[in-house]
Amino acid sequence: MDILLQQLINGITVGSVYALVALGYTMVYGIIGLINFAHGDVVMVGAMIATTLVVSLVGGGVASMPAWLAIIVALLLAIPACMALGWIAERYAYRPLRRAPRLAALITAIGVSIIIQNLAMMIWGRNYLSFPHIIQPRIFEIGGARISLLQIIIILAATAIMAGLLLVVHRTRLGTAMRATAQNREVAGLMGVNINTVISAAFLIGSALAAVAGVMVTTYYGVAQYTMGFMLGLKAFTAAVLGGIGNLGGAMLGGLLLGIIESLGAGYIGDLTNGVFGSNYQDVFSFIVLILVLVFRPSGLLGERVGDRA
Amino acid sequence: MSHESTLARGAAARQGTPARVWLGIVLFGAVLAVLPFLLGMAGQSWIRTLNFALIYVMLALGLNIVVGFAGLLDLGYIAFYAVGAYVWALLASPHFGLHLPFWAILPAGVFLAAVAGALLGAPTLKLRGDYLAIVTLGFGEIVRIFMNNLDAPVNITNGPQGINRIDTFKVGEFMFGRSQEILGFRITGPEKYYYLLLFCVLVIVLMCVRLQNSRIGRAWEAVREDEIAAKAMGINTRNIKLLAFSMGASFGGVAGAMFSSMQGFVSPESFSLTESITVLCMVVLGGMGHIPGVILGALLLAIFPEVLRAVVVPMQQTIFGDVLLDPEGIRMLMFGFALVLVMIFRPAGLWPSRVRRRELAGAGKEQA
Repeated sequence: MDILLQQLINGITVGSVYALVALGYTMVYGIIGLINFAHGDVVMVGAMIATTLVVSLVGGGVASMPAWLAIIVALLLAIPACMALGWIAERYAYRPLRRAPRLAALITAIGVSIIIQNLAMMIWGRNYLSFPHIIQPRIFEIGGARISLLQIIIILAATAIMAGLLLVVHRTRLGTAMRATAQNREVAGLMGVNINTVISAAFLIGSALAAVAGVMVTTYYGVAQYTMGFMLGLKAFTAAVLGGIGNLGGAMLGGLLLGIIESLGAGYIGDLTNGVFGSNYQDVFSFIVLILVLVFRPSGLLGERVGDRA
Repeated sequence: MSHESTLARGAAARQGTPARVWLGIVLFGAVLAVLPFLLGMAGQSWIRTLNFALIYVMLALGLNIVVGFAGLLDLGYIAFYAVGAYVWALLASPHFGLHLPFWAILPAGVFLAAVAGALLGAPTLKLRGDYLAIVTLGFGEIVRIFMNNLDAPVNITNGPQGINRIDTFKVGEFMFGRSQEILGFRITGPEKYYYLLLFCVLVIVLMCVRLQNSRIGRAWEAVREDEIAAKAMGINTRNIKLLAFSMGASFGGVAGAMFSSMQGFVSPESFSLTESITVLCMVVLGGMGHIPGVILGALLLAIFPEVLRAVVVPMQQTIFGDVLLDPEGIRMLMFGFALVLVMIFRPAGLWPSRVRRRELAGAGKEQA
């Protein structure tokens, strides 16, 4: 029982990070119908920047900062950097292809992903960067399971950010414009919505969320590397599809569910198969989930639109 | 209308092939036949580079069927190459103590790769192309995870260490991996493999050309252009897409088997996402759907890293006195930029097909 609870806690923590990343995929997909392959790499850049900053701010003898301040500074620098990255990618790579065949845009997105990854490799090298253990491992016991302060912070912060995003999308002028654009780009344009601004805004918000997620991931796992965005992006995309791509609530739900499925799967697969398969197959779960969703419910849990729009 | 004109041109070409063309073919064939000996003078390693380039040509032609003809973006194509390579490695190495002949393994590898292609395509082909891209992306990684971890509890793939001492390709007693004297003429392993690979490439090219102009090829093109219209014309779009997938995969299987037998060693490292992206770059850069373009793209990008290595490392050493950026990173960075720039400025590739150029140029005009 306590193992179950423990895996649930771990799953919700990871799941809330997936949800943040999935929101970026789902917003962009909902508005321009593009799978932004580079989104996972934006998360990676956020993680790398944060790790470098925290290492130099906390580790340096001269200007040692308290841990919380260092992380806030890292966040404040990682967010604008990622937003700039997302904006540049949209403006110079995706915008010229907005009316081109779908295949062209997809290939471009892969190109952008490779560019970001290899630039990151040139800047930070191939090795794993380790994130210093600066947050005191304060641990609370709940019914035999342990939850750390960091996990609580991640879950609360992710929840707050998602609530904020929902407010923006449903209560502000920009949000209304975004929803209108997602429904029909041409008509929204005729109604006076500045399509380019809306699309840029979607990329900016998505990249900001990605930066936060990147900081969370590197703080939680303690490492960052230039290829980390690939698997993370794939899982977050799975989460978005699971919830119903294009649907904000769906991305949140999908992220949480995927995190839970994954950690329960990794926790129990050894017992269930008598040790034939171990937790090294953890990454396979999200893929199986993706296939199952696509076969049985391609519109996702909360999505309405079935995907055959030419 | 475009088809009529193509047909008319084809008919004209058949009626009287000019002597000039025949001369060109003969000259080209002669160059291909003596190429390894010319390159061999510069060093045996260049023959190996050439052999790898030929393997990439096979891969690019296979992926071209999926991406170029049928318009389905496959990002895990290297998985089929891996299937072909591992089937050969498992059935012809001391790992299981099996040493089956090529006529048993090659079809098995091709068949398994084709089945893997169909299985992968089946759940996603009813959906939009984007999903296919992401599923194939995941699939490529999953295959690699399995290859890495299937050494326990039963040792199937030997994990990250890979399988070595794989049998070379042999027909009867003729071993392709060994040097030997033929008619007083010393011929090395890589040189023999060159001819074997060249033969495979020619067969695949012939198949591709025949496929493209067949009923199936036309159906692929129709599906790529407008799936709904194609369906309305009575094409079974799901089957035709599945066929593209397994056909492309089977070419990947052949290339994998050749790779495995030529190298004598396979490990999961050879089948990373980077390789899938490289092959995709070859197809996109050369010209999606145009066979000569794809071959050009594959040759360019296969030989390019060697040139890059020969240029970048000494250049950095003279300028900075050290190697700051490794050639591999620069190569991938340039591939990334190539994908983006080609898509924006020359979407039909370096050497585009007429049909494709017209339609992609049309899309560009609409935008402007």
